[in-house]
Formats: sequence, structure tokens, C-alpha cells
Amino acid sequence: MVPFAYIAVATPEAAIRRTAEGRGAEYVAGGTDMVQLLQEGVRAPLELVDINGIAFDDVSIAIDGIRIGAMARLADVADDPAIRERVPVVSSALQESASPQVRNMATVGGNLLQRTRCLYFRDATTPCNRRVPGSGCPALEGQNRINAILGGSPRCIAAYPGDLAVALVAVDAEVLVAGPTGERTITVENLHRLPGDAPHLETVLEPGDLITAIWIPLAAAGRRSHYLKVRDRTTFEWALASAAVSLGMNGDTILEARVAVGGVATKPWRLRHVEEMLVDRRLDHALARAAGERAADGAEPRGRNAFKVTLLRRTVERALLQIGGLA
Amino acid sequence: MNVPLAKAVGQPVSRVDGPRKVTGHARYAGEFDVPGMLHAALVLSTVPKGAVAAIDGEAARQVPGVHVLVTHENAPRLPYRRMAQRPQVDAQSGDQLQVFQGPEIHFNGQPVAVVVAETLEQAVHAASLVTVTYEEEEASTTFDIDRGKPPSSGNEKAGRPAETSMGDADAAFAAAPVKVEAIYTQPREHHNAIEPHVTIARWDGDVLTLYDKTQWVDNDRKEIAHVFGIPEESIRVVSPFVGGAFGSALRTWPHVTVAALAAKVAGRPVRVELTRRELYTSVGFRPHTVQRVALGAERDGTLTAIIQEAWGQTSAYEEYAEVTLDPARNTYACPNVRTRYRLIEMNTNSPCPMRGPGVATGLLAHETAMDELAVALGMDPVELRLRNYAEKDQHKDLPWSSKALRECYRIGAERFGWSGRQPEPRSMREDGQLIGFGMATAAYPAHRSEASAEATLFSDGTALIRSAASDMGPGTYTSITQVAADALGLPVEAVRFELGDTDMPFAPVHGGSITLASVGTAVEAACRVLLEDLSNVVRADPDGPFANLSADDLEWRDGGAVRRGGGELVTFETLLRGLRLDRIVGQGDSAPGDESKTYSSCAFGAVFAEVRVDPDLGTVRVHRIVGAYDIGRVVNPKTAHSQCIGGMVGAIGMALLEQAEWDERFGRVMNGNLAEYLVPVCADVRELDALFVESEDRIFNPLGVKGVAELGICGVAPAIGNAVYHATGRRIRDFPILPEKLL
Ligand SMILES: Cc1cc2nc3c(=O)[nH]c(=O)nc-3n(C[C@H](O)[C@H](O)[C@H](O)COP(=O)(O)OP(=O)(O)OC[C@H]3O[C@@H](n4cnc5c(N)ncnc54)[C@H](O)[C@@H]3O)c2cc1C
Repeated sequence: MVPFAYIAVATPEAAIRRTAEGRGAEYVAGGTDMVQLLQEGVRAPLELVDINGIAFDDVSIAIDGIRIGAMARLADVADDPAIRERVPVVSSALQESASPQVRNMATVGGNLLQRTRCLYFRDATTPCNRRVPGSGCPALEGQNRINAILGGSPRCIAAYPGDLAVALVAVDAEVLVAGPTGERTITVENLHRLPGDAPHLETVLEPGDLITAIWIPLAAAGRRSHYLKVRDRTTFEWALASAAVSLGMNGDTILEARVAVGGVATKPWRLRHVEEMLVDRRLDHALARAAGERAADGAEPRGRNAFKVTLLRRTVERALLQIGGLA
Repeated sequence: MNVPLAKAVGQPVSRVDGPRKVTGHARYAGEFDVPGMLHAALVLSTVPKGAVAAIDGEAARQVPGVHVLVTHENAPRLPYRRMAQRPQVDAQSGDQLQVFQGPEIHFNGQPVAVVVAETLEQAVHAASLVTVTYEEEEASTTFDIDRGKPPSSGNEKAGRPAETSMGDADAAFAAAPVKVEAIYTQPREHHNAIEPHVTIARWDGDVLTLYDKTQWVDNDRKEIAHVFGIPEESIRVVSPFVGGAFGSALRTWPHVTVAALAAKVAGRPVRVELTRRELYTSVGFRPHTVQRVALGAERDGTLTAIIQEAWGQTSAYEEYAEVTLDPARNTYACPNVRTRYRLIEMNTNSPCPMRGPGVATGLLAHETAMDELAVALGMDPVELRLRNYAEKDQHKDLPWSSKALRECYRIGAERFGWSGRQPEPRSMREDGQLIGFGMATAAYPAHRSEASAEATLFSDGTALIRSAASDMGPGTYTSITQVAADALGLPVEAVRFELGDTDMPFAPVHGGSITLASVGTAVEAACRVLLEDLSNVVRADPDGPFANLSADDLEWRDGGAVRRGGGELVTFETLLRGLRLDRIVGQGDSAPGDESKTYSSCAFGAVFAEVRVDPDLGTVRVHRIVGAYDIGRVVNPKTAHSQCIGGMVGAIGMALLEQAEWDERFGRVMNGNLAEYLVPVCADVRELDALFVESEDRIFNPLGVKGVAELGICGVAPAIGNAVYHATGRRIRDFPILPEKLL
């Protein structure tokens, strides 16, 4: 761990000012990921800007959507009645994230930006293009059971680990960002980048950018939604594969569909071709199976993560069966 | 007033140390507040083999607060004397890792330097600035069974033979009408106790005090005395509480030497706490083991051949071997048995015992193979085990000192509802999940060692018992208190047991489930001696209530003495005050006798598991486990139950989750943290139950106890694996049983 300065701020402006100056300052919210990374020597900011004092921590309902403050704790959001009722995919994704202790500390803003669990990223003694650009990717030929089968590049196959972002993609959510030049919105789907040639650039955020809220449009909140997470143990583990499904239905007929998957891709991953297969069709066993079959199209398995191809197909199929009350 | 005291032994007494633990008053090694203490951070090698070419510590030395940087270039030479006899917790051949004595690197993660600073943060930062360059050599990082070597003589003598043979197993196997043969793999597993390893070392002149996480203070002292070449009397080791160990704190690891060495060089007390990731290279682990099992049987299920071969992993500098093949040799009756054991040297830190060492591994393969045989025979798995019941220890050719395993099978099966099992795989379902029932035999040898204890009775009617034992969690504080309470005729509340200090009478290692049989019997002896002495004094006191009685006329009970055949109870308080004594002390020793040569002693069990498997996603959840156990006399049903269900939790990990993800290129465990090295969490633990059959083994020791802790993990993982087979029709021989293996 490298010594760093610590400063607590109470306003977004103060926060943005510190980090935009390019002096190696980074935000810390719940600290559940950041502190691990500091301790393991994976990250070494010169200054930590504590944003817990910024009071963006509630869930509020407007006529056109639901706003979740970036500093809201996972536990509170998961339990929020409006979230549970209108976007169950979000509340179950949160409910199935981490442990009660972590959920009490962790914020939704921090959750979206948590770093990969790739074993080589987390162990500072090995090369990793994401941690040290140009140093190499041992995961390609190594212990890559938890790595991605979708969206990888020859430089990096680290899976995006979070659950919330996957659920948010399925409900067309956006993040509200305040930065040195003002405010803007970014869809959650476009928040993360593909690793490509520059895996160390994980998101489209710029220095100084602060996530202030998550916005879920009410149109999406009107759809039926569901989250299915598959893991080795019953709880307290990131997904081996997960599926977030949100369907606008008329009877058994699907009018609108979103299918996003997690644990298998380098960023929260939307399966547009699967969504297209679902629209205007009756949701039944045959459709769920056919959609599942296509869920891993384009996958590039590598050694130990090859099972995720089959697992992903079955996860998507199962999620569709469950949302249709067919499982 | 004179209500007779109920016996404490056999009662479900709650942990006497429980309130201290939950209120934070129990002080663990790392929590001692030693004035002037400095903090250490290790610099570890990042290559698996070679030599340190250069160490640049300039930047580290500049960090504010840094006192010293110790490397092989400036460390004092330590004598590392050899012990006349190696303790059984050490590897039996090779040389222990010598810290900072030379540039050689034997494994990735080996300490190459230590930084000592005022604060931990300064030390850690400075350590990150030390740059080390290496001359790398080609390392052995693959688990390659072709490189297997027979164990050397030290391990042969320690009961880990390269070959054993009885009858003609190969011929019998060839001729057997029914046979099974397969390869089984158990990966490297880590103890991962919640408490990390910590040592605080303080020198007062030539006298060294160590606050250390250890399961054996006496040996810790001896090891460090040999490393530094100083007399044992000038070292004191203190370790009153251990936050779980499962075997990782049996031996004295290099970081203990680092702490003592760094404190010497810095001239101040030094604290070394290993990080979670450092634990994967600084203390041992259960070695990766591959086994081949071949079983032959008559059509009625009678075993005619057992062949079991094991390849275990060891380090390049030490030879660690296990009793992996014991279960093959003595779990069942069979005239033809052959075993073969080989070790594979790798550039890794040395393995060490982990709960149920060797036996749990051997049973994993053996009991899975037995299930496969039951399938091949079309026979019920319990029936097959009863058919081959071992009436004696056929390997040692000795009778059992006690064995109630038949009863375990019977009541375990009954409680579990085994008769409701439909034999056909995939034939039971509920809520879309496949249901599987599986079972296995559990066994763990019972041993005891020499032990000593001291009992002190005070004039306020309370007693203090002391022995240099350890309680890493099984409940030793409590069970020994119960034993002493009964031996002195006192209520449990009037007795206090202290342990974990080399200033106390000698105790053997707190491992191998031997503590109660060893220390418990010594405590009983100390209490007996104390009462004999007191009896002599009170009978010799002409003014006392029992003047001139014969010893046989006095009965000790209910916190005092009473004349046999009637009369008032005179309390200890009254007796001691009358004698103007503020205390009386008794010393007691116990040791195994010839029974270990004329009998074989073992704890047994029958384990039944029910799993639910998702037919599409491959996830396995353990729905319930029932174990029925023969552990001899049950001193405390509550803590014994906890030991058994704790073992089951560990075994859920062994069966379904635990594995070190080893990277051969780096010679390194890549998932060295608790987020990616998976152990069961509360939600994985549903119904677990442990039952104890009537049993008392007075041949083995006067207390009649056998041992619980190791037994609890034995046989559970194969029972789970067998249940997975029953649920799915898929036999997974490569543990853990991860979802991908069932897709
Ligand atoms: C043992 C364990 C298990 C876990 N299991 C799961 C799981 O199953 N599923 C899952 O999804 N997650 C899981 N997590 C991850 C956990 O949810 C995240 O660590 C947590 O949500 C991060 O939030 P935080 O507030 O603690 O972020 P911090 O650790 O404080 O910060 C994380 C990152 O986000 C940045 N940041 C934080 N807030 C903002 C903001 N408002 N604007 C801009 N940048 C910001 C920080 O600079 C930092 O880079 C687990 C974590 C642990 C420790």
C-alpha cells in the first residue's frame, strides 16, 4: 500500500474539483472494493476523496422514472418497496449480490464501477494488461474459469463481475454523471468499454466524473422482469452466469424484450439478437429453449471457462421459463 | 443445601470461554499489547525457483518510520540445529526453510526480506519499494505422477510406507467376478481459518517471549530454541486462544523465526501478521493427491481385492507425507490388499496436515470406490459395508479397543430415512431438482500422548487447572473443565482451566484429536493426586474433622469430604482454612500404556447425505447430512455435536467447492483470497445432524474417550459425491464437484 491523502467532501463540486485536477485522486464510497485493491497493491491513488458525505442516497419516484442516488447502499435499494415492486430484476440482482455486511456498506455507484475478479488482475505479482498496460494477459492460457467468453480481446478476457449493471441494462437505465464540464447521462449499456487494445480503460468516464444517480425510465419499469444468477455456492459469490430479463407482455405474447447477461462477458452484455427472437412471439418452452440456444452465439471459450457456453444457454432459457411462470 | 452435584461429564455444558469470545475479551496472539512494538511486512519471492541476484532496499530504508530491512545479505546467521527427534508435526525428511540464510529460492512466495517499521502501513509501503531481481531456474511446478518417488526412510518409519502387501491383491483382482477401478483427484486445499497467523516476538536480553498462533506451545518453543541455538528455558510461548487452525498451526512456520529475528535485529518487539494471500504460501495446505483404487469382490459383495495407490504433492526442500493409504488397509476385511504411495516434489511451500490429514483424502477415494462397487454389484451401499465389516484391524493384526460401527450404520440409516432411497439413479425428484442419497464410512485413528497437568484448589473452594494445551475451537477449555469438576467434586463454575503457555505443565500437540484423551487423563490424574495429598493432610491434622481416619473412610464429593457411611460434608473451604492453607496443588501425568501395542483404537462413523442437483445448471446443494458416530464416551454432547457438524461443513467444501487454482507458469496459487477460494457459507449449510452411539473405550484410556474433531470431516465428502451420483447417474471422481462437471 502506498501512502495517500484522505479528504472527505460534502458536495459534488468539491469532489469533482479534487479528482479533475489530475493529481491521482480517486473517489471512495463504501470502500468495499477500493480498500481491497489498495491492500493488494492493485491500485495506488495519491488521494482518496471520500464521497459518503454527499447526500445522494435515496430512491425517489418521478412521473417518468425512478431515481436512485449514487450513494444509496445496496441493502437499502434492494429493500425499497418501489424497486421491489416495479423493477424486481434490480432488487433481486442486489439481494443476490455479496453478503448482508457488504450490502450495508457498498453503494450503487461504486457497485457499477467495481473492478474485475480476474485472478491475475487481483494478484499484483503477475502480469495483467488491465492493471499494467502492455504487461500481458496470463488468463488467456491460465486459470480462467471465471473469465469471459464474450467480448474478450487478445489482450484481456476479464469478466465484468457485477450484478446490478446487468439488471440495469435490462431496464434501459442510465447513469447521471456530473463532471468538470457539467452534467450528462450515459446509458448503463454504454458505460463500460470493451477491452480491445486498451483493457485498462474500463469505462467512458473521464477524470473528475462523478456518478450522481441511476435513472430507470418508467416505461421499462412497467415491464415484467426477473434476474437469475448461477453460482457454485448458494450465496456470497459473483455469477458464473446470470441473466436479467425484462419483457413487455400482452397475455403470453412478448411485445418488447431485453435480455442482458452477466458473469460471462467483459462488460454487462446485452443479447440483442435474442431479444429480436422473442418479440411478437408467445412465451413457451419452445421459445425459451430456442432463445437459450442462441444466447452464447459468438462466444470464444478458452480452456477452463468453456463450460460457460452451455451454462449461459441454459441460464437464459431458465430465466425465460421462470419469468413466464413455466419453470 | 446438600443436594448432590450432578456429574459434569456427559452434560451439554455451554462453552466456558464463550462469553469472553463474544464480548471480545478473549485475547488472541495478535492482540497482545506489547509496549514498543514495531510492525513487520514481508517481501516474498515472485519466482518459483532460482536465487536472489540482488536486492535494492534503498527506497525502502528512506521511508519514514522504517527501522530495519533484513535480507539474506545482512541477517545474522542462525544455527538451525537439528532436533534429535523430529516432532511428528514436521516433515519427516528434508530441511525446513531457513529464512534469510542464503539467496536460494524454493518456491514462489518465499520470504526474501522483511521490513520493520513503526506502523504497519509504513512497513507495507516500504516492503512494496524493495526491488528484488532473480536468477531464475527451471522449476518443477507440474503435478506429474511420472515423477513420483517413494517416501524416504523417515516417512517409512512414521507409518507412510511406499508399498504394503497382504495376500496377492493383483491376482485376486484379476480373478474377481465383480470389479471396479478408477482414478480419483483431490486438489490442493487450504485451511483458511478465520484468524490469520500472527506472531509477536519480544526479547528481554537473552530471553524471548513469543505470542503466537499455535496448536502446540511446547514444540513452538523447542523449534525456535533449535533455530536460534538457545536454551528452551529462555523462551516462553503464549497462546491462550486460537481462532481456528485445522492443522495450519501445528508446526512452527518460517514467519515465527522472522518475527524473532527481526525483533533481535531491531532491538524492539516485532509483530508479524500474515495477510490472507500470504497464508497461501507461508503455512501449509492439504496436498494435491491423485489416487487409483481397484476393488474386486465376489458376487455376494465379499471383498477379495483392494488395491489403492496414491500420489501426493510435497515441496522441493522437505518431504511431507500422509497416511492416505491407511483407510485402504484397515477399513474393511479383505484378504488381499496392496497399497503404493509416491510423492511428487514441486516448487511450492510444504504441505502440512489439514483436518483429517491423509485419512479424509484416502477415504474420499476409497469410499467413492466402494459406492461404485455397490452399483456394480447391484447392492445397497450400507449392506456392502456390513458384508465386509472389519472385526479387527487387519493391517496391524490387532483387535479394536472398541468399535460400535454397526450401530452407527443402523441408527444413522434410521435417522436419515435411508430405507426411502430408490436405488436407481435419477429416480428421485422434487421441484424440478434431482434428489440423491449417498453414504460413506468415517473412521479416524485414536491416539494419545504423554501429558501433564497441575491442579490447584484454593481456600475459597475454587480450583485452577493448568496445562500447556491449546483450544483452537473444539471446546477443550470446556471439556477439560468438566473432567476436572468431576474429578474434584466441584461444580463447573468453581473450576477454571488455563492453557496455552509454556510456563504450564507439558502438553502434547493439539492435533490428531488427541487432546481430551491425553490432557484430560493428565488433568484427572492431577486432581487425584491433589485429593490424595489433601486427604493425607486432613487425616493427619489432630484437630481436624477427619483426624485419624483411614483414606478409604473419606469420600470426596460435592465440594468437600464426607466420612464414608454418614456424617456431615465438610467443604474444601472449611478444610483448607482449618489447615491454614490458602491452596493445595497436585501435579499429574498420563501416558499411553501397552494398550497401543495390543489394541488398535479408532473412532468411527456412518455418514448419510442428501443432495439436490439442478439437472440443467449443474449446481449441487447439500440438503441434509446425518452422521452417527462412535467417539467413545461423550464428555460434552454439545461441543461434540459442534465438532461433527463443523467437520461436515468443511467437507461440503471438500466435496463441492474448495480448490487452489494453481498456475504452473508462476508456481503460484492464483485464487489466494476468500472471495475466489470458495468455502461453504451459512446458506450452504442446511440440516446437519450428528448422533452418538453408546460407547466407552476404557481400554484406550481411563476417561473412555476417543476423539472427535478429525473424524467429523472424514467420510462426508464421499457421502456427498455418492449422493450426487445417485441424483444424476454421473460419477465425478475429480473433486470438487463443480457445476461444469455435471452440465
Ligand atoms: C466479498 C465480496 C463479495 C461481493 N459479491 C458481489 C456480488 O455477488 N455481486 C456484485 O455485484 N458485487 C459483489 N461485490 C462487490 C460489491 O458490491 C462492490 O464492491 C460494491 O458495490 C462497491 O461499492 P462501494 O461503494 O463499496 O465502492 P468503492 O469500493 O468505494 O468504490 C469502487 C469504485 O467506484 C468508484 N466510485 C464509487 N462511487 C463512485 C461515484 N459515485 N462516482 C464515480 N466513481 C465512484 C471508486 O472510485 C472506485 O473506483 C462483492 C464484494 C465483496 C467484498
